Amino acid sequence: MKKEPIKVKELAAAKRVNSFDEVVSGYIEEEALAEAARCLQCKNPVCISGCPVGIDIKKFIYHITKKDYKAAYFTIREKNDFPSICGRVCPAEYQCRKACVLSKKGLPFASAESINIHFLERFSGDYGMKNDLEISSQKNDKFSKFKVAVVGSGPAGICCAGELARSGIKVVVFESLHKTGGVLRYGIPSFRLPRDILDFEIDYLKKMGVEFIPNFIVGKAKTLDELSSEGYSAVFLGLGAGIPSFLGIKGENLCNVYSANEFLTRVNLMSAYKFPEFHTPVNIGKHVVVIGGGNTAMDAVRVALRLQKMNGIEPDASIFYRRTENELPARRLEIEHAKEEGVNFKFLVKPEEFIGDEKGFVKKIRCLKCELGEPDESGRRRPVPVKGSDFEADCDMAVIATGLKANQLLTKVTPDLKIDKYGDVVVNPETMETSIRGVFAGGDIVGGEGTVIEAMGMAKKASQAMLKYLSEKSI
Amino acid sequence: MKIVKKEILTDNPGAKVSRMEVVSPDIAEKVKPGQFVVLMVSPEGERIPLTVVDTNRQKGTISLIFQEAGLTTKLLGRLKEGDSLYALAGPLGHPTEIKNYDKVILVGGGVGIAEIYPVARAFKQAGNQVTTILGARTKELLILEEELKAASDKFYITTDDGSYGKKGFTTDVLSELLKEDKYGLVYAVGPIPMMQKVAQATQNFKVKTIVSLNALMVDATGMCGCCRVDVGGETKFSCVDGPEFDASLVDWDGLIKRNRIYMDKEKHICNLTIK
Repeated sequence: MKKEPIKVKELAAAKRVNSFDEVVSGYIEEEALAEAARCLQCKNPVCISGCPVGIDIKKFIYHITKKDYKAAYFTIREKNDFPSICGRVCPAEYQCRKACVLSKKGLPFASAESINIHFLERFSGDYGMKNDLEISSQKNDKFSKFKVAVVGSGPAGICCAGELARSGIKVVVFESLHKTGGVLRYGIPSFRLPRDILDFEIDYLKKMGVEFIPNFIVGKAKTLDELSSEGYSAVFLGLGAGIPSFLGIKGENLCNVYSANEFLTRVNLMSAYKFPEFHTPVNIGKHVVVIGGGNTAMDAVRVALRLQKMNGIEPDASIFYRRTENELPARRLEIEHAKEEGVNFKFLVKPEEFIGDEKGFVKKIRCLKCELGEPDESGRRRPVPVKGSDFEADCDMAVIATGLKANQLLTKVTPDLKIDKYGDVVVNPETMETSIRGVFAGGDIVGGEGTVIEAMGMAKKASQAMLKYLSEKSI
Repeated sequence: MKIVKKEILTDNPGAKVSRMEVVSPDIAEKVKPGQFVVLMVSPEGERIPLTVVDTNRQKGTISLIFQEAGLTTKLLGRLKEGDSLYALAGPLGHPTEIKNYDKVILVGGGVGIAEIYPVARAFKQAGNQVTTILGARTKELLILEEELKAASDKFYITTDDGSYGKKGFTTDVLSELLKEDKYGLVYAVGPIPMMQKVAQATQNFKVKTIVSLNALMVDATGMCGCCRVDVGGETKFSCVDGPEFDASLVDWDGLIKRNRIYMDKEKHICNLTIK
């Protein structure tokens, strides 16, 4: 008899919209055991091919079935340093779960039947965290004389820092903001990734001897050359994606039209939802329109809806997306959560103009309706605006979540660092080394926006190459 | 981030301006005229940008001058010598392009006077004939008079009420000067209405005019777009594309409106917090 997938417990939608508390509660032991027992332990575990860092999924799930959670944790840690983070934010339904043999084929994402690998990963990660399981350092005397600089404390930076520190290298992480974590702190809301998880992981790195220097803008306060002359033997650039894309339509600079980065940074990093206890303000509209269909758009619309609830405003928060629900690039779980919480979805609409009032605040949005045309280079059907289908909708606050361009703070002042036409850093894909010897890169600054796990995968690859580079140097 | 020196430059109702010298060796080493830093007073605080007015590389310090306007600058004004800022990062923004224009006019209004001071010295050093016009509402509000006088070849003061220098606006003097002689550059920092007037005044004379904008910012590193402003029909970020722009291309009306976006909240929090 086929066993039903084990649903994960969640805070009730009506309750959770009044706070930033974590939505997904995670499996308890019995649930994890039951879900792990569904795994077929395939001879040819294709799920692993779906994991950007190649976690031995079959093996870690096997360990769970044997109640050897410690072994499950360490199995994941062989490939992924932050299972508690990735188990919460990985778009598993596009990766390992889609590859799982139990998933129905021919869908753009995994069907519900596939093993809930991400929840099992989270269970194992949280077990490791609660029980203070430590990865033994493989301190190597030949590395202890080296000092390495990591630029940026986001997913790529902290992953690289951990890998190098474990080999006995002195790692210093430079962060331009006043707090560490990068997008995990300013971008992803705490209802998806509680801050104590992030703090735990960063404190763990500190305990391993990694030094964090916030408020330090590499490229501005010090150049890469200066870091190298100060004794840093290698550098890892985890600069992240930086500049938010705007739509280039009329009225986009009206008040209360935010980039997702600005809106989320105000709320997540600066705690604007606790204004005036915290001093950074954020405005909250009665009719909020979020443009885009990715995870950032889902985060923004769900934050906006919470702010409406917390401020006694009748919730009206919508996603406006050019394609249809099937093409939404966000995690399916976030889409489901957004729906449960009361987010409206308007599909096949293309914003044309923001209309403002006399004080310069947005009050309406004008859009065109779209039809789906031929597939474009991304393989998704292209939205084609329908002439004369203009309509207006109430919108006294808008959030634009249509992507980011490269962070250029460092690359602009480092002419030797080769970048591509998008401003992303060019690397040797085998080693992640840039055009400057001894300078490596990974994460969104390489190849544009990706996921947390992809960034970590690149960082891990870079760290291996950095160890090789340093051991050659030490001869 | 420790404040080693604090001095109150003017203390008038509604216009208290202070100068602070803050330890930050890396920024002191790197900062150039026209660049700014972003700072936080406390962990609960906002991130605000402030132009670096002066540096002391031996001591590893930078000087900041600010007028107490909103909550954050008021809280900053409460810090004393020996206190530390919670966060300080920089230098940010493009430096002023310093070259020999032969003759340049610098226009400073209100606390914007502080921002033209490092620029004036740099232009002077680059061999320019520097003409400075300072404007204030009234005599007591004028700052850095001696410093700028020393950095200038020609020097004018205007006050709105005529209590000092010439009665009227900086742009009155500016227009007269432009009628009489040819200048390679006009550089202005001050309240938006002043910069807007400067832009209008110089338009007929076809003289390159640069302004340094004081848009609202959050991260100040190009990440959020809070500080965006329409310049010549293109959206620019003040923090990474600026803060200096060609005055004739700035959408002043848009900038004024965007700078008022949190006015209600600002009043509210000031009333709550500042007794």
